[in-house]
Amino acid sequence: MTLTPPHVGLFVTCLVDLFRPSVGFAAIKLLEEAGCTIDVPASQTCCGQPAYNSGDSADARAIAKSVIEAFEPYDYVVAPSGSCAGMLKKHYPALLADDAQWRPRAERLAAHTFELVSFLTDVLGVTSVTAQHDGTVTYHDSCSGLRELGIQAQPRQLLGSVDGLQLLELKNADVCCGFGGTFCVKYPDLSNAIVERKTADIADSGAETLLAGDLGCLMNMAGKLKREGRATKSRHVAEVLAGMTDVPAIGEGVSE
Amino acid sequence: MNLTADRFKDNVRVALDDDQLQRALTHVRSNFIEKRAKSVAALPEFEALREAARAVKDHALAHLDLYLEAYETRVAESGGHVHYAETASDARDVILDICRKAGARTVTKGKSMIAEEVDLNNHLEAHGIEPVETDLGEYIIQLRGEVPSHIIAPAVHVNQDQVESDFRRVHTHLAADRDLTEPTSLLAEARGILRDRFLAADVGITGANFLVAETGTSIIVTNEGNGDLTQILPRIHIVIASIEKIVPTLEDATTILRLLARSATGQDMSVYTTLSTGPRRPDDPDGPDEYHVVILDNGRTAMLGTEFQDMLRCIRCGACMNHCPVYHAVGGHAYGATYPGPMGQVLDPAIFGLKATHDLPNASTFCGRCESVCPMKIPLPKMMRHWRDKEFERGLSPAPQRWGIRAWAFFARRPALYRFATGLMIRALGNLGSDRGRFRMLPLAGGWTAHRDLPAPEGRTFMNAYRARAKSKGRKT
Repeated sequence: MTLTPPHVGLFVTCLVDLFRPSVGFAAIKLLEEAGCTIDVPASQTCCGQPAYNSGDSADARAIAKSVIEAFEPYDYVVAPSGSCAGMLKKHYPALLADDAQWRPRAERLAAHTFELVSFLTDVLGVTSVTAQHDGTVTYHDSCSGLRELGIQAQPRQLLGSVDGLQLLELKNADVCCGFGGTFCVKYPDLSNAIVERKTADIADSGAETLLAGDLGCLMNMAGKLKREGRATKSRHVAEVLAGMTDVPAIGEGVSE
Repeated sequence: MNLTADRFKDNVRVALDDDQLQRALTHVRSNFIEKRAKSVAALPEFEALREAARAVKDHALAHLDLYLEAYETRVAESGGHVHYAETASDARDVILDICRKAGARTVTKGKSMIAEEVDLNNHLEAHGIEPVETDLGEYIIQLRGEVPSHIIAPAVHVNQDQVESDFRRVHTHLAADRDLTEPTSLLAEARGILRDRFLAADVGITGANFLVAETGTSIIVTNEGNGDLTQILPRIHIVIASIEKIVPTLEDATTILRLLARSATGQDMSVYTTLSTGPRRPDDPDGPDEYHVVILDNGRTAMLGTEFQDMLRCIRCGACMNHCPVYHAVGGHAYGATYPGPMGQVLDPAIFGLKATHDLPNASTFCGRCESVCPMKIPLPKMMRHWRDKEFERGLSPAPQRWGIRAWAFFARRPALYRFATGLMIRALGNLGSDRGRFRMLPLAGGWTAHRDLPAPEGRTFMNAYRARAKSKGRKT
């Protein structure tokens, strides 16, 4: 560990920024408790995946460059999402591979970019958190985090240290939930067929709360659980790890 | 083949509403995956083999001209003939010509996806030659007038009771009260029927898993032994294969063979691995009098040296589709082109053109499970994305989608404007949805809300809330 606290630039992600700021504040709490100082660069909007995955490379490149510029000054870039962290870490260098000026900058940024939970465990060496959550939870492994960044054991390790929490493993936890960014609105019927299977597995787990590390997947699964009238609550894993579960669960109102 | 990829979304709807299909797909979702996992776990060097196999194919593709020439020379030396077919139509013409010269009336066929790709059966039938499929799965779908829905399990979309009724419908000369309730009795009946066809055939056509440059050998793997009978009994054996099936040596072929069946069905090896090198020699106990190899390009050389070259490493094991959530949902016919699943979503646009198939590379969540199980380490999602780039460049994607992305990017590239606009929108949505916490319907969000609720935003963007919090703490942002 360095003597000066690691200076982290928080990449909030567009979905957390717009839909669930609580996840951003939970991330800040976890990072501060682990000894980091945090900045939130004001010029960030989105990582550019919607453009990148829709074939609009020109816009994706422009967005990538502005993210690189905004986050270069920090020791680390941390995002509460495996998908967005994966975009910075794995895809920016590929996107800018033919650009002699930007490629090295993309690679430097990639080397210092991490998803929140794996950053806590793998980089900072955090092995436990101080939080309480009475009840059963199950955990869905979001695809980008799992297969691009190797995030699987890390969230389970930290969840294991939460007082009162019992983790019930989800069948087919490594199978996609059918979100896929713009996929879910381009092919709603396909997306629905996939998420239906996921919510059935979630219900079978018997857990009271569904956790995952990506808000996109969570909104998809929570939206389907609610439509099916199921009682399962959905939360970002950071909310539970930070002990910040006082806000209503995803898709639940103040009246519930 | 009847290309319906341009109606992909309609095909999806039909597949989702097809109860028989959905019943059949439950097997795909579990059987293949468990068997592969078990088989891979039992082979410690599996990962090292993947690397070795990738290197073999990358090398072969880098020197494809050289190895094709060497292969052709070896085949000629053993008395066979190599025919190059640039297009599907060329391949059909070459094969029809060979069959006509032989005065062929019936042709037995081993399983071949290349024959499907060039739509060989319809062509032969149209010219008075009867093709007889001898792989059980292919035989079943031939009876049903269908095309394969999976590259290694062509009839995986058909349930056993459907096969029973197809057999009763077609095999009318057999006793009506015979017992067909067991898979083994179905197999025995097909075998009995096919035995006569094997003996009567004038020409046998097989595919190839490998063409070995070193020896001029073609190799096929089967589990039923039908390939052997197809290529040994008739007077003429025609192999149809695409250019990327070339490997330099027999040793290279065996490296890849160790991955193929494990990735496909979870077997260590397929039951039969059959090598054929030229026609029957004077001392051979059996074999054909004539041996032809038709090597098909059909868009593949155009992939060499491009971002799509890695796709030519594919060995057609089917692991990608076996692990694909989209394939699991709709099966293979919905894709509407010869090759279903992730490998097809990359290959079909190269063969049939992007215009007619542009939905295919889009119909993926990029979950990456296909790439993670691909024995040849083909970056399938990356290549689907390359097709999306081309689609966007050529303006083939639906206009509202393109405009939507451009409009969104316009804001995303202007942080101050983005902040202002999203702040207003989120506040409005938050107010509307704060009570229930979700929307059942929302203008312009029909794609989402048709099937699921949209969780409402908390009401203030993180950036605004963070700035407000920082201000109240007396810090500057």
